[in-house]
Amino acid sequence: MRYIEPHAHMVSRVTDDYVAMVTAGCAAICEPAFWAGFDRSSPQGFFDYFRQLTEHEPKRAAKFGVPHYCWLCINPKESEDVQLATEVIGLIPQFLSAPNVLGIGEIGLNKNSRNELRVLEMHVDLAARHEQLILVHTPHLEDKLKGTRLILDVLKNDRRIRPERCIIDHVEEHTVGLVLDQGFWAGMTLYPETKCTSARAVDILECYGSERLWMNSACDWGVSVPLAVPYAALEMRRRGHAPEAIDRAIFGNPVRFLSQCPKFTPAA
Amino acid sequence: MNRREILDLYFLDARSKVIDLAAFLDRVRRAEGDADFRFQALKRAFSELQCDEAECARRALECFSDPTTEPSEKATTQGASGAWSGTP
Repeated sequence: MRYIEPHAHMVSRVTDDYVAMVTAGCAAICEPAFWAGFDRSSPQGFFDYFRQLTEHEPKRAAKFGVPHYCWLCINPKESEDVQLATEVIGLIPQFLSAPNVLGIGEIGLNKNSRNELRVLEMHVDLAARHEQLILVHTPHLEDKLKGTRLILDVLKNDRRIRPERCIIDHVEEHTVGLVLDQGFWAGMTLYPETKCTSARAVDILECYGSERLWMNSACDWGVSVPLAVPYAALEMRRRGHAPEAIDRAIFGNPVRFLSQCPKFTPAA
Repeated sequence: MNRREILDLYFLDARSKVIDLAAFLDRVRRAEGDADFRFQALKRAFSELQCDEAECARRALECFSDPTTEPSEKATTQGASGAWSGTP
């Protein structure tokens, strides 16, 4: 089995996780910029984080033979402070030429506030000006449906944005149709308690087709499972999905989306 | 997979979750004090489970969701409780 982990916060994980993922067939790991679990106190904190994502973590991953890619942004959880966000967004262009940067992400909304929306628009403008792929985080739990609608409005209102170059992550049964119907890619996050279980993710694949869907673990510093994608592959196998269909869902699809960035090359 | 095969694969897991949920309701009802909007949202979601129509999961998720469309003025918290605290 081979698979891509398109969304994992490896700076929060231990080396045993790298071993397990590579042993399970992981051919590339992609790490969106994320909230640290606490608010960073200054733009300098983000500068150091961006260095960690573009310099240090790829070296750590390379020790286990897996390519490491990343996405850059200020996370929606820290976007209420527009001045801080403006300064952080100003730091990003100098990192965009790093060999492992795939685009701008995970941008989006958290509590669906006006300031978060303003910062989302700034990120979308940055991506458009630099012709970057976009990875979008949709809000948690009760805020997801409204937030997904607001995010789609922002993306559709910017005529420079091509839906096929954006992935809207953390979709569930009540948002996946909205995303796919407007031409975007959709990501399903496999979590033990929130977001999708493996069984529900495979339900969604069966109901909506696998044309523009991927699955990820979004493993981070919280309760999460680094091997969630291969576990979902096992779920597909239990239901009798063909090996080719499984490969398309966990390898072919992420490769197809991510290869829109010419830097992306999974391990052979 | 046909319905029988799906039941073969998932029935015991679903049964276990229903019993867990029932025990949770008992636990809440045994406790003192008032429940809040989360419990009301949960009960609305339960009613969706009784429906024989398709897309039960979507409708259950919508029972917990903020149905409004305007952005909030300010993010006063970073977390989410799992259920919208407003009145549908």
